[in-house]
Amino acid sequence: MTNIGVLALQGDVAEHEAMLAASGANPSLVKRADQLHGLDGIIIPGGESTTIGKLLRRFDLLEPLQERVRAGFPIFGTCAGMILLADHVEDAATDQPTIGGMNITVQRNAFGSQRESFETDLRVPSVGDQPLHAVFIRAPLITQVGDDVTVLATLADGRAVAAQQDNLLVASFHPELTDDARLHRYFVDMVSERS
Amino acid sequence: METGTWKAKAGLAQMLKGGVIMDVVTAEHARIAEEAGAVAVMALERVPSDIRAAGGVARMSDPLLIEDIKHAVTIPVMAKCRIGHFAEAQVLQALGVDYIDESEVLTPADDKYHIYKHDFTVPYVCGARDLGEALRRIGEGAAMVRTKGEAGSGNIVEAVRHMRAVVDGIRHVQSLSNEQLMAEAKNLQAPYELVQYVHEHGRLPVVNFCAGGVATPADAALMMQLGADGIFVGSGVFKSDNPAKRAQAIVEATTHFEDATVVANASRGLGEAMRGIEINAIPERELMAARGW
Repeated sequence: MTNIGVLALQGDVAEHEAMLAASGANPSLVKRADQLHGLDGIIIPGGESTTIGKLLRRFDLLEPLQERVRAGFPIFGTCAGMILLADHVEDAATDQPTIGGMNITVQRNAFGSQRESFETDLRVPSVGDQPLHAVFIRAPLITQVGDDVTVLATLADGRAVAAQQDNLLVASFHPELTDDARLHRYFVDMVSERS
Repeated sequence: METGTWKAKAGLAQMLKGGVIMDVVTAEHARIAEEAGAVAVMALERVPSDIRAAGGVARMSDPLLIEDIKHAVTIPVMAKCRIGHFAEAQVLQALGVDYIDESEVLTPADDKYHIYKHDFTVPYVCGARDLGEALRRIGEGAAMVRTKGEAGSGNIVEAVRHMRAVVDGIRHVQSLSNEQLMAEAKNLQAPYELVQYVHEHGRLPVVNFCAGGVATPADAALMMQLGADGIFVGSGVFKSDNPAKRAQAIVEATTHFEDATVVANASRGLGEAMRGIEINAIPERELMAARGW
């Protein structure tokens, strides 16, 4: 069974843990660098990207994760996790540490305040024909992608909300808040193929 | 695209889990809070200990202050309205705050009814002293609850009492058999469907934070170990000697609440905490936690 960690510094950790268990992986929580040992992949959950970034640096997880990104370690980031994996962040807070590694530009709070948070159905051909129900909460958007990045899902107006670059998978929304585990299974398959 | 859905409202609280929400009264405070790693700020004209000291009627903050704080930070901004004052809440929604706290810290506007929160696009957090009160607020549409504690006291004892009451209440409901749930709903004065949910899942249907009395990193670690999903700090940060350092320390202790070494490191050399009040020294009619029905 694949061992997949959930970064547990802050955010909706338990929801990802449950989704991983439902997708046939063996989840564990990561708050310290030594807890990365033995993992085949990791999820960076939804949460507050400024908070998670500062705690990554404070508790010496930033560099170990950056090294793993370079070595091809599979990482799935949702919402805040997507911001933390992006190479470029528009309107970042001052002093906002990120892991980076994915050749995308993201815009934080791209839809506005919580009033504008929404649910919608997305077409995500990589996980099947049935639409994927998606919850966007103060969500970021992918505003630019590099040549090596595949866009997996867009809103009706064409704006990108999920993407993959080799070992890195990101989504603007929260599949962990729904009962649909297809995107988590897609990630578990990515991890299994590699390990 | 559908806005204001229950999943979007309760979901934002899920994103705040494991984090610290700090009361701030200026844009400068808000920046200090964000820099320290707060997951959100609560925009107020006065922190609770100053509201207590000032007396008189405490109301919603000036929109100018709330907008000032919204512009200063990128993290979510919450604001308080009086219990039952749905017009204040409509104003807060129009201002685009991310969460409304229908709060006992302000002077109640209605002595019988809380706001019907399902009517709003913006989600609500409400205080509770026990399971019944928590489920009543959720029934009215609160997408997040918190202990009331005793705001502005700098004393954790009431928050502990309220968190234990909620957790004990959940355990009790779990232990009941199906035919006992209706009587328990009557006893708790709580919606039957929500009592069934607690019986089945062993937890509240929404996120439950601790509020009211947190002043130190160890206070935060205590409440997290007692089952809080996260921490509100009111007067505890900006009424202390070194707000920036204490704010960061409380964030670190909330993340690593089960690791006493981290909490010890975070607690070192923070200077004076806020002064604090013995609860018995507060006249009964001035207890904020008693407000709400």
